[in-house]
Amino acid sequence: MADASSSSHGDLILTRLTKTFGDFTAVDDLSLTIPQGSFFALLGPSGCGKTTTLRMIAGLEEPTVGSIFIGETDITTKKPYQRPVNTVFQNYALFPHLSIFENVAFGLRRRGVKDVKEQVEKVLALVELPHFADRKPTQLSGGQQQRIALARAIVNRPALLLLDEPLGALDLKLRRQMQIELKWIQTEVGLTFVHVTHDQEEAMTMADTIAVMNEGKIEQMGSPADLYESPATAFVANFLGQSNLIRGVVSSTDGDSNVITVHGQKISLLKSRNQSQTTSVVVGIRPEKIRIDLPDVPTTGNALAGGIVSDVSFVGVSTQYVVEMPWKQDLMVFEQNDGGTPTLRSGDPVSLSWNVPFTFGLDGSQDVNAGAETDEIE
Amino acid sequence: MSQAPIPTLPFGRRVSRWFGRNLIRIYAVFGFTYLFIPVIYTFGFSFNDAGKSNLTWRGFTLNNWKNPCGAPDVCSALGNSIKIGLLATVTATILGTLIAFALGRHRFRGRSATNLLIFLPMATPEVVLGASLLAMFLAFRINPGFWPTVIAHVMFCISFVVVTVKARIASLDPRLEQAAMDLYANERETFRRVTLPLVMPGIAGAALLAFSLSFDDFIITNFNSGTLVTFPKFVYVSAARGIPAQANVIGSSMFFLALIIVIAGQLVNRKKVR
Ligand SMILES: Nc1ncnc2c1ncn2[C@@H]1O[C@H](COP(=O)(O)OP(=O)(O)OP(=O)(O)O)[C@@H](O)[C@H]1O
Ligand SMILES: [Mg+2]
Repeated sequence: MADASSSSHGDLILTRLTKTFGDFTAVDDLSLTIPQGSFFALLGPSGCGKTTTLRMIAGLEEPTVGSIFIGETDITTKKPYQRPVNTVFQNYALFPHLSIFENVAFGLRRRGVKDVKEQVEKVLALVELPHFADRKPTQLSGGQQQRIALARAIVNRPALLLLDEPLGALDLKLRRQMQIELKWIQTEVGLTFVHVTHDQEEAMTMADTIAVMNEGKIEQMGSPADLYESPATAFVANFLGQSNLIRGVVSSTDGDSNVITVHGQKISLLKSRNQSQTTSVVVGIRPEKIRIDLPDVPTTGNALAGGIVSDVSFVGVSTQYVVEMPWKQDLMVFEQNDGGTPTLRSGDPVSLSWNVPFTFGLDGSQDVNAGAETDEIE
Repeated sequence: MSQAPIPTLPFGRRVSRWFGRNLIRIYAVFGFTYLFIPVIYTFGFSFNDAGKSNLTWRGFTLNNWKNPCGAPDVCSALGNSIKIGLLATVTATILGTLIAFALGRHRFRGRSATNLLIFLPMATPEVVLGASLLAMFLAFRINPGFWPTVIAHVMFCISFVVVTVKARIASLDPRLEQAAMDLYANERETFRRVTLPLVMPGIAGAALLAFSLSFDDFIITNFNSGTLVTFPKFVYVSAARGIPAQANVIGSSMFFLALIIVIAGQLVNRKKVR
């Protein structure tokens, strides 16, 4: 999170923002600070309140409770057209009756800017569609419309640009290309971007800071690497990539680590990485961090014995194993195809091992499957 | 006989296949014939050297077209109808559009009741409407004539305008207006630059509909116009003595005018899309 003391004049500050529809709470007591000039991603499953949050920032939805500040200015009750905020809508919302030029010029004309033509041409060049000025929106492809929607917003140089899943309708290749372009444009023009998505890969590649949202609340916020390596909740661990989460009990302490008993076996967890306040703990380890070996091979670090390979899938760069543990839990293991390990087959007995620092410990009272189903639907 | 003959389908199958492929065309030809025979008949008999009655073919002439006002009173009746039609159209379109926006965009008490009431004039038999309007005018000591007819026409046209414009407003994506507001357009400018242009085709359609409804209304007009003769009244009255061929000329002209407007509208639309 941004340090309040270092905040510059254009930070976006949401304080206790709440939105209820009837007795349903779409956004629940949300507080966060988005530093000026950053690329901020709001990530979460469908229906968690991302669009509602953006609409409140844009002024298209009135918060039930809470306030919105840009720097020192309270914009909570300002009309959408009085806010230095522009939105790239989920469905682009280009004006069908206006040419591309007039679409892009719309905001400039309303503000009475002088050199409209020059600015529109510049921004059309920036999104690499300089020859489309005379066309109508319906004559553009989805990807081109998306870029025009972006141009229409950034031409105004708003303090804050809100992007509501703008890449949702694009195919994977165009999507990757647009992600790079968006990131490049953001650095180029230096605006604050708030990017909503439910694609975790997109959030991780583009954002400086990610906030993972669930049921109207922020579960965790931080840099992509922080969130991935040290998830704070089972939901984040499962939603952002995949995780193996195993229930255990803190049985003793050895120097700077806790010894955890998981189903009769002992593993170590650095105290600094254990977030549980009680002895009940959920131990987590990412699948690509685990080494998989035949049972007689000596292991270092943490090890869990007694696994049986129940499924093997070859995915090019890696091989993904599903290993059934003696306590009937399936663990995922991703092994690089670098020739280091012999290929194992279904039914082979194996032991799993990994370096102690990769282990993270979560509060033991959570559902270990939180956020996992949503990820599988993706 | 080494070459096998190209297999041909049995005759019955071929016929049924031909019908299968062309059924829609045959059906369309029948449909359009049915629709257009009266129009063609009217157009054809506008060239009849009719004399007194235009019921039997007496020979080809262009005189009716050269002199459309030749028959007594036909052009003054036409003029009345056009005047009433324009006044009723303008008034009904403005009022109806305002009502449509109120119903489509705002929540207020009695909104659903208003929605329902708007349909009533369309559902009420015209004779009943015409007779009650006459009774009302007389009760207010207003004599039937030009203005009562205009008022009556505005009344029944409004419903159609409201329904047409409301449908257009309902199909409007609210995010377009939100996008305009997001791009610094206040409520007024959003309406002027985004909402109104997008609803305009609906309003134009409603106006055309209102004009054609007013122009050929007979029943309500007959009750409320007194001695004023409109075009439909003229045709109706002269039917007893024999309709002059000039009526066919005017009728055909109206048809072609409508056709031109529709085609022009299509062309303009196509150009806009390009
Ligand atoms: N106008 C409304 N009236 C009632 N409920 C609403 C309204 N708008 C949103 N909601 C509800 O609020 C919740 C959050 O909606 P929101 O659109 O913010 O989700 P989202 O996170 O953007 O999801 P998605 O990824 O599918 O776009 C949803 O459960 C939705 O049904
Ligand atoms: Mg959404």
